Amino acid sequence: MKEKIMKLHLKSGRVIDPIKGTDSVNDLIIVDGKIDRIGQSLSADRSFEVIDLKNKVVAPGFIDMHVHLREPGYEHKETIQTGCLAAATGGFTAVCCMPNTNPSIDEESVVRYVQEEGKRVTGGLVDVYPIAAATKGRKGEELAPLAELSKAGAVGFSDDGAPIANAELMRRIFEYSSMYKHPIIQHAEEPTLTRNGLMNEGFQSTRLGMTGMPSIAEEIMIMRDIILLRYIPQARYHIAHISTVGALDCVRNAKRERLNITCEVTPHHFTLSDEVVESFNTNYKMNPPLRTVVDVQAMKEGLRDDVIDVIATDHAPHTVDEKEVEFAQAPFGIVGLETAIGLSMTELVHSHILTLHQLIEKFSVNPRRILTLSPINIQEGEMANLTILDPDLEWIVDIQSFRSKSKNSPFHGRKVKGKAIGIINNGNKYFTNS
Amino acid sequence: MKLQSRHLLGLEGMSKEDITLILDTAVSFKEVLDRPIKKVPPLQGKTIVNLFFENSTRTRISFELAERRLSADVVNFAASGSSVSKGETLKDTARNIEAMKIDMVVIRHAASGAPHFLTHVVRSNVINAGDGAHEHPTQALLDMMTLREKYGSLEGLRVCIVGDILHSRVARSNIFGLKTMGAEISVCGPATLIPRSIEQLGVKVYYRLEDIIPHVDALNVLRIQLERQKSGLFPSLREYHRYFGVTKERVDRAPKPITIMHPGPINRDVELSADLADGPHSVILEQVINGEAVRMSVLYLLGTSN
Repeated sequence: MKEKIMKLHLKSGRVIDPIKGTDSVNDLIIVDGKIDRIGQSLSADRSFEVIDLKNKVVAPGFIDMHVHLREPGYEHKETIQTGCLAAATGGFTAVCCMPNTNPSIDEESVVRYVQEEGKRVTGGLVDVYPIAAATKGRKGEELAPLAELSKAGAVGFSDDGAPIANAELMRRIFEYSSMYKHPIIQHAEEPTLTRNGLMNEGFQSTRLGMTGMPSIAEEIMIMRDIILLRYIPQARYHIAHISTVGALDCVRNAKRERLNITCEVTPHHFTLSDEVVESFNTNYKMNPPLRTVVDVQAMKEGLRDDVIDVIATDHAPHTVDEKEVEFAQAPFGIVGLETAIGLSMTELVHSHILTLHQLIEKFSVNPRRILTLSPINIQEGEMANLTILDPDLEWIVDIQSFRSKSKNSPFHGRKVKGKAIGIINNGNKYFTNS
Repeated sequence: MKLQSRHLLGLEGMSKEDITLILDTAVSFKEVLDRPIKKVPPLQGKTIVNLFFENSTRTRISFELAERRLSADVVNFAASGSSVSKGETLKDTARNIEAMKIDMVVIRHAASGAPHFLTHVVRSNVINAGDGAHEHPTQALLDMMTLREKYGSLEGLRVCIVGDILHSRVARSNIFGLKTMGAEISVCGPATLIPRSIEQLGVKVYYRLEDIIPHVDALNVLRIQLERQKSGLFPSLREYHRYFGVTKERVDRAPKPITIMHPGPINRDVELSADLADGPHSVILEQVINGEAVRMSVLYLLGTSN
């Protein structure tokens, strides 16, 4: 899936490092995976492979902090190998994988397995950071061994796919996890309000006669968690896939209070609204569901004013057979790794919602900070961990070209502008068109 | 004359012309039903499968009779005791049946959108015989036929749909169809059974029958399902009857007689009192016969257009 690189000369790329606040056209000389030199019009001898990056952007490596790699247990949907290949193709040098596997990532051995398998299949091209379950078996009943999971390498805790609904347990998780600086990632959904829900509750669900999942289910859970967080302010709280205008207001206010609260949004929640469900295409079925146009607009504003810290995909592979059923029977979720940057560039950067700098913060700087991963510096002496973008490349999403094992994307055929053309990480390079 | 679509999935978006064509054609088929020999040849050689994934007696019988009266060959498929209980998907079931050279599929399914899904996996004409809480177009068409017969036109007619609007495909199809034909629609029921934002479909919402009864020409009374009580949507059938039951006492306060409709089967003296169901202004049995005529019309228009 990739090549080892010994000597590489990246020529004339626009190098953006949001941490240092630098943005200029430079050459990078990489030797044995390390940035050897940065400067304008550098020369290197003929033993260096030269890649011309004129009009391309060199950014710190992107991370998708919300990915379902499905292994162990659901290898028919995705494996660590295919998921990482999809990540590399999509422009990510790292992914966080969610614990709703079988067995779930709720004990040390599974954390280790996932990490080691990630290293084995990618050779370090894509770093795999496991998010461990917050409760045993993700059942929401008993605390998972958070200390052991942390020691084994878990970077956060979540029962994603399901909320941590029990308030007492959430309180204990906040308290216990605060010893280890890892974020608690909540799938915010009050389950008694979403029973049998298939789509957002509102005019569209009324029209289509489908059981709705009201926005208040998300907001009530977030409000409760914020009140818990106020009580246990040393905890770190991160909201997965935020989707409603009311939920954003909660986060905005909590941030003003300077609580340890962060959140992420998926590309589909700032791109699509619930009107599309009328086609009954099951690739429009996800949880949280697609919301209204007002919510979609609010997601963009939340990104612009930094209430939303992170863009993450909630990459959720399902096979064609699993999705090619009645809407009510279909599983929730869509793949996202290979469309995230194209959609984000199109909907946010080219639409003047975010600057390229802000986009890089939301794909690289902020998620690494939330996960307490070391920041990526593009400077001499550092390992090269880079995502290379062609911001103006226009392309059409084609599910057949996906490297992911699953093709469940509603964006097939969509024209987008902006693409990751390659990544460099741990002495490996992977370019999509070379 | 042809319909715009080769399927009948719902009445939302269907043109006034198409609805009128179906209703006009149904009138001529109703005449056939008055003949001593109630059979005509237009679908001879066509094979129709009735795919019923939900229990239904009257809709299935109505479709089957309509199919046979048009001389089609008919196959019935009921979910219980079939391959579905062995875990077969809807797609596989439908494609397997279609491989046996089927021309039309009539489907009843608990999932909203199941007939729409079917149009993507089979080539046959698909007729929706009820999908979840979404649409039940032939029911609404027969309701419209019944009202048109009685009043001559649907334009300006005032119809209130009473009961569990939230779970009702009959309500949705009636709203879509009757609005297109120019009728004025209201709904009345407990607040827990009125779906959010229904006003955006152009209907008025009432929570007291007394407030709307004086202002309507017809009441379409929906069946109340006991299961809704168990899921906490209303406290008891007794209370439901007391506040939302359509009774003679309530209806008699109206300035002029109100036409009583019900899609059946009736819970007598729960949502509708027995004396009204059997009374002079009830058109419930007329609905049944019109159901056959409307289904013949739809089958004929779709089945002969290819």
